[in-house]
Amino acid sequence: MSLLEVEHITQHFGGLCAVSDFSLRLEPGELVGLIGPNGAGKTTVFNIMTGVYRPTSGRIHLDGEDLVGLSPSAIHARGLARTFQNIRLFKKMTVLDNVRLARYARLGYNPLEALFHVGRFRAEELKILEHARSLLALFHLEDAAGERAENLPYGLQRKLEIIRALASQPRILLLDEPAAGMNPPEIEELMAFIQRIRKEFALTILLIEHQMRLVMGICDRLVVLDFGATIAEGLPHEIQKHPQVLQAYLGVEVGE
Amino acid sequence: MKMRWMIGVLLLAGFALSWAVPHFGWLDPYILLVLMYLGINIILTASLNLVNGYMGEFSVGHAGFMAVGAYVSSVLTVNLFPVTGAVFLFPVAVVGGGLAASLAGLLVSIPSFRTRGDYLAIVTLAFGMIVKSALENIESVGGPRGFMGMEQLTTLPWVYVWVVVTIWILRNLVFSKYGRGMAAIREDEVACDLCGVHTRRVKISAFVVSAFFAGVAGGLYAHVLQFINPRMFDILKSTEILIMVYLGGMASLGGSILGASIYTIAMELLREQGAWRMVLMPLLLILLMLFRPRGLFGLREFPWLVPLRDLVLLRPVKKQKEKTHVPAGS
Ligand SMILES: Nc1ncnc2c1ncn2[C@@H]1O[C@H](COP(=O)(O)OP(=O)(O)OP(=O)(O)O)[C@@H](O)[C@H]1O
Ligand SMILES: [Mg+2]
Repeated sequence: MSLLEVEHITQHFGGLCAVSDFSLRLEPGELVGLIGPNGAGKTTVFNIMTGVYRPTSGRIHLDGEDLVGLSPSAIHARGLARTFQNIRLFKKMTVLDNVRLARYARLGYNPLEALFHVGRFRAEELKILEHARSLLALFHLEDAAGERAENLPYGLQRKLEIIRALASQPRILLLDEPAAGMNPPEIEELMAFIQRIRKEFALTILLIEHQMRLVMGICDRLVVLDFGATIAEGLPHEIQKHPQVLQAYLGVEVGE
Repeated sequence: MKMRWMIGVLLLAGFALSWAVPHFGWLDPYILLVLMYLGINIILTASLNLVNGYMGEFSVGHAGFMAVGAYVSSVLTVNLFPVTGAVFLFPVAVVGGGLAASLAGLLVSIPSFRTRGDYLAIVTLAFGMIVKSALENIESVGGPRGFMGMEQLTTLPWVYVWVVVTIWILRNLVFSKYGRGMAAIREDEVACDLCGVHTRRVKISAFVVSAFFAGVAGGLYAHVLQFINPRMFDILKSTEILIMVYLGGMASLGGSILGASIYTIAMELLREQGAWRMVLMPLLLILLMLFRPRGLFGLREFPWLVPLRDLVLLRPVKKQKEKTHVPAGS
């Protein structure tokens, strides 16, 4: 059984069919790329997987458990964490608090203990603090812990968003265009970064990306989406030559 | 550690002072009265800031919860408590008023936070009106004529204690996972949800706590004035609390203390001006919105209001010179 099984997902927005009959399997430890032209439905797939949208039809199984209908926070608790195409950090919160927030559900104290700062409050907060700091230190961000997230340079904001996702110790990490707005050296660094966290955190990763350099460089396998439907699936070098993919991307009829 | 000691000593000294000042008659009774209103306004402002400032929602019915607390506590001290015990049972009455208000808060927040979107302003506006007209129609509490017979049980030490308790509890909440959850809801509710926060639960809890302290303030208010009527808790009163919140600054307890103090004192100084003060204060607010939209102390906090642990950690690192190599992209 695969770690994650997305089965026949369809999503309509009014008359528009953003995703149609989409299926995907993720094996533990895989790094899969989800590519496709603008508006193909890639982000919508992420939104469905993380519970932002409830699909019109279809099922999603994580370790055999159906995720459809669960709230975003419940799905997060089951080990799915993501980043966003347009960075969505908590801008006015500190870097440290952005990371600490992601462990909200794992903090074992109740509202009463929080109101009076008694009971498990102290120990739990110290634990999470230690964890957040060591996580930031791992990526050389500890000096920025007290800085507001909005004050970080763009590249670091992208990185912080990934760290925030890692903070909850997810099993599956969904990255939505992590290289957007980056220049080649930055992309190079990002690739190393993704490979590093993949290994160190034993992650299964699904990533959306337009930067072919990154996709071809680090993905084990690619899935190509166009107009909401999967048009191709395979190893990166196969996809590169796939006629339908070329057509979708370049708008040319190959072989005509 | 040193600061903690100092805070403790200062709090005790403050309490002693709040007792000594009226006891030895060091200040004019009128000034004592203003001080009590000031304390009550701090409680109102700080508690509304939890919802409107920290969480970024827009509640406009705080006076409604205040009314619930005022009436419930007054009925308790006047009708239900034994005459001789009233003084000792006063805290119970105030807490009772607070609990009643928080129950009302729960009822209001459940439908308001059912879906995303801005229903809260509308629901709380309606709530304020409903409370007022309900009270006007309940004859047993005097209807439109109002309710009286309370002794002046609210004293300066009591106000002092309640202000300290309110600020302390709100600070505890703000510097906990729930407080971070509230801030994250303000910043980006969807992302917050996706970080594992049960946002609806956090919103309802914050609202209930906020309503509780509005009720406490109502109870204290009723037992200063010794007379309450439904018109005291109308939309104007709610607006006044909103002004104090935004004057002091969003998401800042220190700001709320400042905002409530400045507003209360300014209103007293302007009392002579009569109708003019109703022009001056809104004008001040408009100027503030134009030149300092975050309020005087928005998104900042006095160090003594920050728990030690957070203070040490969250002090912004001075100008990071050797910033990590990644330059700004896009
Ligand atoms: N909430 C929504 N309501 C209506 N239409 C939507 C909604 N979300 C997405 N869509 C539409 O669904 C289609 C797929 O959008 P989606 O954002 O998933 O594309 P994408 O593959 O991520 O594109 P890009 O590469 O530009 O990010 C688009 O036509 C978009 O306009
Ligand atoms: Mg997208």
